[in-house]
Amino acid sequence: MAENVSQDEGKTLSHLWRNKESRAVIIQIVTLVVILIFIGLILRNISINLKAIGKDFNFDFLFIPAGYDITFQPILDYSPEDNHLWAGVIGIVNTLLVAISGIILATILGFTLGVLRLSSNWLINKMSYVFLEFTRNVPLLLHILFVHAIITHTLPIPKNAISLNDTFFLTNRAIYLPEPIFESGFWLTAVAFFAAIVFIYYFKIWAKKTQDETGQIYPVFWISVAALFGAPIIIFLVSGSPLSWGIPVLKGFNFKGGLAIRPEFIALWLALSYYTATYIAEIVRGGILAISYGQTEAASALGLRKNRVLQLILIPQTLRIIIPPLTSQYLNLTKNSSLAIAIGYMDVVATIGGISLMQTGKEVETMLIVLLTYLFFSLLISAIMNFFNRKIRFKER
Amino acid sequence: MKVFSKVILALVVSCAFVASATAGTLEDVKARGELRCVVTTGLVGFAFPDDAGQWNGFDVDFCRATAAAVLGDAKKVKFVTSTGKTRFTKLNAAEGDVLWRNTTITFSRDVNVKLTFVGVNYYDGQGFMVKKELGVKSATELDGATVCIQTGTTTELNLSDYFKQQNMKYEAVPIETNDEARSNYLSGRCDVYTTDASGLAATRAALPDPSAHVILPEIISKEPLGPAVRQGDDQWADIVRWVLNATITAEEKGVTSANADQMKSSNDQEIKRLLGVEGSQGKELGLSDDWAYNIIKQVGNYGEIFERNIGTSTKIGLARGLNGLWTKGGLQYSPPFR
Ligand SMILES: N[C@@H](CCC(=O)N[C@@H](CS)C(=O)NCC(=O)O)C(=O)O
Repeated sequence: MAENVSQDEGKTLSHLWRNKESRAVIIQIVTLVVILIFIGLILRNISINLKAIGKDFNFDFLFIPAGYDITFQPILDYSPEDNHLWAGVIGIVNTLLVAISGIILATILGFTLGVLRLSSNWLINKMSYVFLEFTRNVPLLLHILFVHAIITHTLPIPKNAISLNDTFFLTNRAIYLPEPIFESGFWLTAVAFFAAIVFIYYFKIWAKKTQDETGQIYPVFWISVAALFGAPIIIFLVSGSPLSWGIPVLKGFNFKGGLAIRPEFIALWLALSYYTATYIAEIVRGGILAISYGQTEAASALGLRKNRVLQLILIPQTLRIIIPPLTSQYLNLTKNSSLAIAIGYMDVVATIGGISLMQTGKEVETMLIVLLTYLFFSLLISAIMNFFNRKIRFKER
Repeated sequence: MKVFSKVILALVVSCAFVASATAGTLEDVKARGELRCVVTTGLVGFAFPDDAGQWNGFDVDFCRATAAAVLGDAKKVKFVTSTGKTRFTKLNAAEGDVLWRNTTITFSRDVNVKLTFVGVNYYDGQGFMVKKELGVKSATELDGATVCIQTGTTTELNLSDYFKQQNMKYEAVPIETNDEARSNYLSGRCDVYTTDASGLAATRAALPDPSAHVILPEIISKEPLGPAVRQGDDQWADIVRWVLNATITAEEKGVTSANADQMKSSNDQEIKRLLGVEGSQGKELGLSDDWAYNIIKQVGNYGEIFERNIGTSTKIGLARGLNGLWTKGGLQYSPPFR
């Protein structure tokens, strides 16, 4: 009897295995279990090894003074008496700053390059091709070091600064710009600016409705531009120009006053941007080529003017194709910004994941913070891009 | 199914990793037949590879001395490079067995980072170097200057304390390695380079025109530099401690690499114990009895190591100063071999 039962069980098991669907389920369950065991083992490993060298797992270290300097803190204030948590926040802001400004510049450069690659002018076409190939085939780290070296080794020291009109100064320690100093009353201008944005939003909706109903087309773009710049400028002048400029001046070793943009930031920003731009260019080129020329011809046959064709037919369809790969380039740029450490740009890796780690010996905790930071940024970028993607998706009517 | 068995195998292997990383460093080193020594990424005079890829320097020689004591052969060392920032992680992750890397002993490194420091091989302090053309004579004239500083060092922490005390401002340029610091200092990205005075002397000696740079007279901190090991392996800590002590005692007793063999028949009992002619101190450490003899014979005593790498006859030209023997007005003092 007993033998029979087990034979039956054996049969059903092999049966399950032979069935395609149940086999897939079994494999998935086994894989999941194996992965969970693996993660569990790693955690166990960490805790045993930490205990062996007498370390515990906690985040108390975040609240002791960091003691080290951060060169670049354009937005928030920081001094060595602040704690490790704050140093980490400064690092995160710096990462965010270079990532956002990098994404903007990379997009502009990438679209430009992508269009240039399609140019029928042989020279422009080939030049952009060579630039693309050259840039893409050299590691990003070298680009960063290269730009940094150019800035620090070709620009002069502050004493011999290259001065533009005595308001802008180029040195190897920073590019100094006049700093806007807002006086009381400037808030009116700011309010005008936001009011203009709100106006544009409703104006667009109204213009679309009018067009649908009467066929009348308003120059929405130009009116928007006029509102966006016109309103704040008029209010600004009317309220007596409540803004002055802090001009940098050389005092002792360095320039005082003004805005200082450090070579570390410039190098990282430029290198990240043009490197990523070469990938974006290919995406853009592919996106444009993917739309058959017949559509342009059909649109012109309908009597649409050239810029309307671009605006209504080509750009929406191209965007639809390029946004998903573009998202992954934005993610790459953000993660690649961790190469900052090579030139001493104090991002999240250099601060909490570098010096704080080293000063406190909290490897696991600090690395966890760094990891979660990048994870959060990546998810955020994906979410924003998915939102756009959904907005421009084909709406079947 | 093959994939599965591979995964299972990987799991089993990773279980074996759980074996703790600390205990039994001595056995590990002996079994490996090679000492892994954590040093700088390159600092002339202290630890740097020459054109042939051979490592040289003050700290390097102490690595070799450790290898001579443990393995009987000063050449059996693998050098693991580390920046100021990565050194403790590398040691604690057991990428190295011992750290000889101009590392300052501090409370937090000892207590929070969980290192065990076993002695001081160089008494140092933090200084400043500037270009002569700036005409700066004292650190008190540095208000507003841009300062290059290595990240993850004590010098980074002292700097802000000092400037605050003096009521001066500065801009810091944090830098990973000595090489980067040198390049930024030369290009004028910073006016001042600050680090351990010994490190400054070594860096200056390697600049294209050393005489165009001055090291300012102020020393703003205490930097006792010494070897470190992972916490929790007392036997290994003892070995490294007595490697250092052996070189100091040897100098004090006049035992050198040249006369080590004759000295074996000296009638000074401490020399006899040191060289393993009498007593069994080597065995008690878990080493052979000629461990200290091997150090002295193959590498030399403290004075020899100092003079060969950083002494007044080298281009780095450091005087013994605080690092003289206690009998000559310095601080180097070894407990007795007894
Ligand atoms: N003694 C200080 C500073 C040690 C340090 O990093 N010194 C520098 C300059 S003297 C060095 O060795 N650099 C070599 C490298 O960059 O690898 C500490 O322990 O924090």
